[in-house]
Amino acid sequence: MTFVFPRESLRAFPPSLHPDYKSTVKRAPKRPLVVTPHTLSELTGPVYGHDNIRRGDEDLTKQHTGEPLGERIVVHGRVLDEDGRGVPDTLVEIWQANACGRYIHKRDQHSAPLDPNFTGAGRTATDAEGRYKFVTVKPGAYPWGNHPNAWRPAHIHFSLFGHSFLSRLVTQMYFPGDPLMAYDPIFNSVGDEKARARMVSRFDLATTEPDWALAYEFDIVLRGRNQTPAQS
Amino acid sequence: MSGITPSQTVGPYFAIALTPGGDEWTPTVGNNLVTPDASGERVRIEGRVLDGDGGPVNDAMIEIWQADAAGRYAHPADKRANPNAAFRGFGRAGTDTGGSYSFETVKPGAVAGPNGPQAPHVVFAVFARGMLRQCYTRLYFSDEKANSADPILGLVPQERRATLIAQRQNAGGHAVYRFDIRLQGESETVFFDV
Repeated sequence: MTFVFPRESLRAFPPSLHPDYKSTVKRAPKRPLVVTPHTLSELTGPVYGHDNIRRGDEDLTKQHTGEPLGERIVVHGRVLDEDGRGVPDTLVEIWQANACGRYIHKRDQHSAPLDPNFTGAGRTATDAEGRYKFVTVKPGAYPWGNHPNAWRPAHIHFSLFGHSFLSRLVTQMYFPGDPLMAYDPIFNSVGDEKARARMVSRFDLATTEPDWALAYEFDIVLRGRNQTPAQS
Repeated sequence: MSGITPSQTVGPYFAIALTPGGDEWTPTVGNNLVTPDASGERVRIEGRVLDGDGGPVNDAMIEIWQADAAGRYAHPADKRANPNAAFRGFGRAGTDTGGSYSFETVKPGAVAGPNGPQAPHVVFAVFARGMLRQCYTRLYFSDEKANSADPILGLVPQERRATLIAQRQNAGGHAVYRFDIRLQGESETVFFDV
């Protein structure tokens, strides 16, 4: 299949400069971007999939001798292209805070406790239909210095590749009903309400495992349409 | 469902999963792209990421994507790629407290372009806390005559092209290309709308 990567699709993205998110002010490019055609350098991209994951990478609750504290959850969904086709065998990487809202990163100085049984990093690859699945704990909200009493809504960071370097996506998955989303300048940097809603997972009772874990479904749509003419 | 999933910032803590350095997790890929079978000149690419005040960005993630020394990409869309080659052409690095990053790689060959070949180049994607979406740019090599005929460089205003040219230096017999990325300011790096 030959893929094309429409620029119009990028309207769903936030602008580089969103002054409510203060760190963008000195880091957003100010000069006009130079429009260029998509050459072989853009139409290709890193190919990472099942060969790059190790057994257990997708279960963040089993990476240590004990179990992490917190609400155990399944996070699953499909990675799709703009035609709604599943993107098979593509790498999905995630990272997150623990149930108390603390990252293991040394620069995270939030006073909430670390959990010796939780790293907060995971990795898997999609199956032939583009499906992926992680087991983890629900991350906590945490304060940050953007404005007085700023708290990030609970979120899981996602990193994806897709069909080319142009479909590369780093995003965040949010949880339905989180009251902090309304106050979060990062979430609200996406101007379009429908586009914002695509970053919010769906509570998925059907996938919940009784007496064990709740579940959330999160589908991710990457840039890329199939240009191959339909077979008649 | 219609529409793509929006980008969000990589945030300050991506290093726990994506870049090397921690004890707790082995990242998928690091900043050394060289494989035993990779032909071509071994080079180091290094530089700093700077913000609008000229200060170091100590929490940026740089990803690079490049062809091999024969100008082939390790991807199904490049039919000339040698499927058995170990060279993948992809690397990832985080910046340090001084905003510095580096890659060990091989110099890519010329790549097919829309109207004739493109000069050897490396595609960069820049991510950071405070960047809501990645920015794409390209590194070109200062010692390549083909730069003057490159179709992409030709689209860049003449006075800004220098921001895309990495300067070759020799450090102990090892070729080093210096490539600073300025997110803002008078010498702001050219970023592409792709």
